[in-house]
Amino acid sequence: MTPVRVSIVGVIASLLLILVVLELIRGRRLKERYALLWLATGLVLLVLSAWRDGLNTIAGWLGVTSYPPAVLFAVATLFILLVLLHYSTVISKLTDENVELAQRVALLEERVGRLGPPSEPPARAD
Amino acid sequence: MSFNRIVAVVPAYNESAAIGGLVDEIRSFDPALDVVVVDDASTDETAAIAAAHGATVLRLPFNVGIGGAVQTGFRYALEHEYETAVRLDGDGQHDPRELPKLLAPLERGTANFVIGSRFVDPGGSYRPPFARRVGIRVFARLVSLLGGQRVTDTTSGFMALDRVGIALFAEEFPHDYPEVEATLVALRSGLRLAQVQVEMRERETGSSSITFVRSVYYLVKVTLALLVASLRRYPRLEGARR
Repeated sequence: MTPVRVSIVGVIASLLLILVVLELIRGRRLKERYALLWLATGLVLLVLSAWRDGLNTIAGWLGVTSYPPAVLFAVATLFILLVLLHYSTVISKLTDENVELAQRVALLEERVGRLGPPSEPPARAD
Repeated sequence: MSFNRIVAVVPAYNESAAIGGLVDEIRSFDPALDVVVVDDASTDETAAIAAAHGATVLRLPFNVGIGGAVQTGFRYALEHEYETAVRLDGDGQHDPRELPKLLAPLERGTANFVIGSRFVDPGGSYRPPFARRVGIRVFARLVSLLGGQRVTDTTSGFMALDRVGIALFAEEFPHDYPEVEATLVALRSGLRLAQVQVEMRERETGSSSITFVRSVYYLVKVTLALLVASLRRYPRLEGARR
């Protein structure tokens, strides 16, 4: 069986994770798009921590008989891997886009350079 | 625009010692040739020297690696509707005097993509160190196998393209260690490939960027890229075979 204290700590930790993520979204420091996986992580861990019978049952299915909270670790690890993998895809896309932007800047700069030096700002019509 | 317009794409990173002479050499080889130096965010005077010697200079705002730099040149060629693009390295190891050989198959219309190979002719003078020779040969075999056509040299980087080839590489060109993968992408996309024997020069200045750790990364990265490239599907190209 899962010790009660493990469940309590698990619930507090996952609530904390959810609250921090929500606060980051509220402060516009985290885009919803990248917060979804974190929220899912927090919710799944919250459910597994609070629903003690459920954790024990799932542990039983997986053959984890000696210490059901190990399943919590496994699930948390899995979600962290998912988040990291997701970030790798995001970074790859950003890298490609970044290079393309650099290339466009180089091409445009050359074209602008041929137009001559920057001229006086256009006179205001007032 | 009825005559054949050719652009020479020259990627350069901190080549201030070699670039001026190279630009002069290309221009004196054929004055009608437009030279575009792609400066990959050099920290020296490469861009200024190239411009002073009459090259068009494309300055990347930060270093994007050799593949990204070369691709910038191909994008320039595409935008300005060049018939032909050749690529020569900024360190001078690709000899402009070999250009007629490289351009001949394009002029005959028998190829979209010409590689200046060091190994077409078994009597060629280039004898790389053992490890490099093995690497070059392994990649040539792998690309030949996956691309369905015998390729003798996938790492030379000395190449010429017609419009079809320019359009393909402007759209997709690997960003680091690009040559091997680009060759396979070209074959898979249905470009007609020709290979001509060229001699390369010793690099005039600087040193090769390949160190041991990088060689390992190179080996793994390129092999992975080749396997992925051979599993992908390629859009049909106008003007290519197939």
